[in-house]
Amino acid sequence: MDPFGKYIKAVSARAADKEILKKSQDGGIISAAYIYGLENGLLDGVIVADKEDKFTAVPKVATTKDEVLSAAGTKYTTCPNLSVIKSAVREYGCDKIGFVGTPCQIQSIRKAIKYPIGYRHVPDKIALIMGIFCMENFPYNGMKTIVEELCGVRMEDVVKTDIGKGKFWVYTKWGDVKTVALKDTHPYEQVSCHICMDYTAELADLSTGSVGSPDGWSTIFVRTGKGDDYLNKMIKAGALETRLIEEVKPGLDLVQKLALQKKEKNAKEREHRKEIGLPLPY
Amino acid sequence: MVKVAHVQLSSCCGCLVSLADTYEKLLDVLGAIELVYSQTLADVKEVPDNVDIILLEGSVCLSDHHALEVALESRKKAKILVALGACAASGNITRFCKGNQMSKPIHDSFAPLTEVVKCDLAIPGCPPSPEAIVAVIEAALKGDMEYLEPFAELAKYGSEACGCDLLVKVINKSLCMGCGSCAAACPTRAVSMDAGRPLVDKEICIKCGACSVQCPRIRFPELIGNIE
Ligand SMILES: Cc1cc2nc3c(=O)[nH]c(=O)nc-3n(C[C@H](O)[C@H](O)[C@H](O)COP(=O)(O)OP(=O)(O)OC[C@H]3O[C@@H](n4cnc5c(N)ncnc54)[C@H](O)[C@@H]3O)c2cc1C
Ligand code: SF4
Ligand code: SF4
Ligand code: SF4
Repeated sequence: MDPFGKYIKAVSARAADKEILKKSQDGGIISAAYIYGLENGLLDGVIVADKEDKFTAVPKVATTKDEVLSAAGTKYTTCPNLSVIKSAVREYGCDKIGFVGTPCQIQSIRKAIKYPIGYRHVPDKIALIMGIFCMENFPYNGMKTIVEELCGVRMEDVVKTDIGKGKFWVYTKWGDVKTVALKDTHPYEQVSCHICMDYTAELADLSTGSVGSPDGWSTIFVRTGKGDDYLNKMIKAGALETRLIEEVKPGLDLVQKLALQKKEKNAKEREHRKEIGLPLPY
Repeated sequence: MVKVAHVQLSSCCGCLVSLADTYEKLLDVLGAIELVYSQTLADVKEVPDNVDIILLEGSVCLSDHHALEVALESRKKAKILVALGACAASGNITRFCKGNQMSKPIHDSFAPLTEVVKCDLAIPGCPPSPEAIVAVIEAALKGDMEYLEPFAELAKYGSEACGCDLLVKVINKSLCMGCGSCAAACPTRAVSMDAGRPLVDKEICIKCGACSVQCPRIRFPELIGNIE
């Protein structure tokens, strides 16, 4: 099984701007790319998953650095980022849009570009597609159960969530850090994630995630010519610090292990669905 | 010269506007399109025989024999008959007609073209985007059947499209992952996202089919994976 999909190259990187690094989840790659694009005319609007009351995730169109930074960080719950893309075109008048999403959302946007039945004047306005690695996601009430019942933290107190080192982490505004073993969170996963065969956002221009790189750094797969140009511009402008992926620990081997784990497990689930006659995307 | 005709039955001209929106682009790309018939865009009274592609917009009023004749005639004259737009593909808003309206009170039954004659392709959407129309025409000219396959399927099986598809075909089948593509595609904003799942307001849904056609969890043609 092919773990990563097509890519031109992989690097380890982090944002050069300390403020971005402070607010971001990992190496701040998405926020740095967005801010670089907005400030240098490569993008005029970007789609983000902002957090609102009780750590709910809400898709927004951001046009400033502050808006991008306030939406930085991972929300482990579905956020329908595609749903605001037409409003970026119509209401915000953007014609160079940056998009971020989980691998499934990247599939959605690629479908919208290739088969744009209900997407009048949208396809040519999508300037950059950034994907984030994803093992699984949770419905809001699934995440809430993990945070409130398994970690004993009220949703209104959450400032950050993370997955790493086999645990789900919750950071509170009081400075507490609570964790629960990842295996105890499985019952609350979104079931549709179990047919998903994409770990590293294989259809993005640039895909990024924490796995494979040291803490505070991110792994990036460059997949398209567009993504390559964009990343090179950022590096040249000093917006990103990069290292060779071969020279960082734990490196691509770990990404490969997790990608294959997901694919093999979900391939079995797909077989099972077929056996009992349930449909799959075809 | 590839002969293209635009024929119109019961519809609002929205698809025509979308088609006109593409015209320059089509000329650009092909330099070879000849619009041999279009009530609004060409000064021709009759649809000529042997048209390469007929784009037929609108549903067929079954209480009007003239409409039925136009539908049959279009089938005969077209090498490729395309049900253009949701009225022709799936009935769309005309599904709700039940007669007694000025100025033709007796016109009470409207069926999508796909249910009246065999169509080769159907492009749903109210209206379909100009980009989609160009893509279908280009692919039809090239004979790119792989790209066209979903449109051919819709011509065969897609005539019941409705916002309910999201519930029945995606959410009920535990396939929805909450991307929001359906909500963005809906022209009437009948779809809102509620806790990461689409919620369809049945009072607003016009049955255009755009939502379920856009959903990657029903149909995800492999060729979408070819990115550069
Ligand atoms: C559900 C989920 C599962 C993940 N699983 C893994 C994994 O297994 N391995 C791994 O290495 N990385 C995983 N990630 C990615 C990782 O958590 C970071 O999002 C990624 O490394 C980007 O960090 P950053 O510092 O570059 O981005 P930042 O600068 O912090 O920006 C992150 C961007 O992602 C957007 N975003 C946040 N949450 C969501 C969401 N739910 N849906 C859509 N967009 C969102 C934000 O708006 C922001 O623009 C996952 C992310 C999500 C949302
Ligand atoms: S596991 Fe797949 S389906 Fe689930 S959120 Fe991640 S990318 Fe989407
Ligand atoms: S497009 Fe499909 S998968 Fe995406 S939110 Fe709508 S129904 Fe769910
Ligand atoms: S919900 Fe919207 S997109 Fe779906 S069929 Fe109804 S009107 Fe069309």
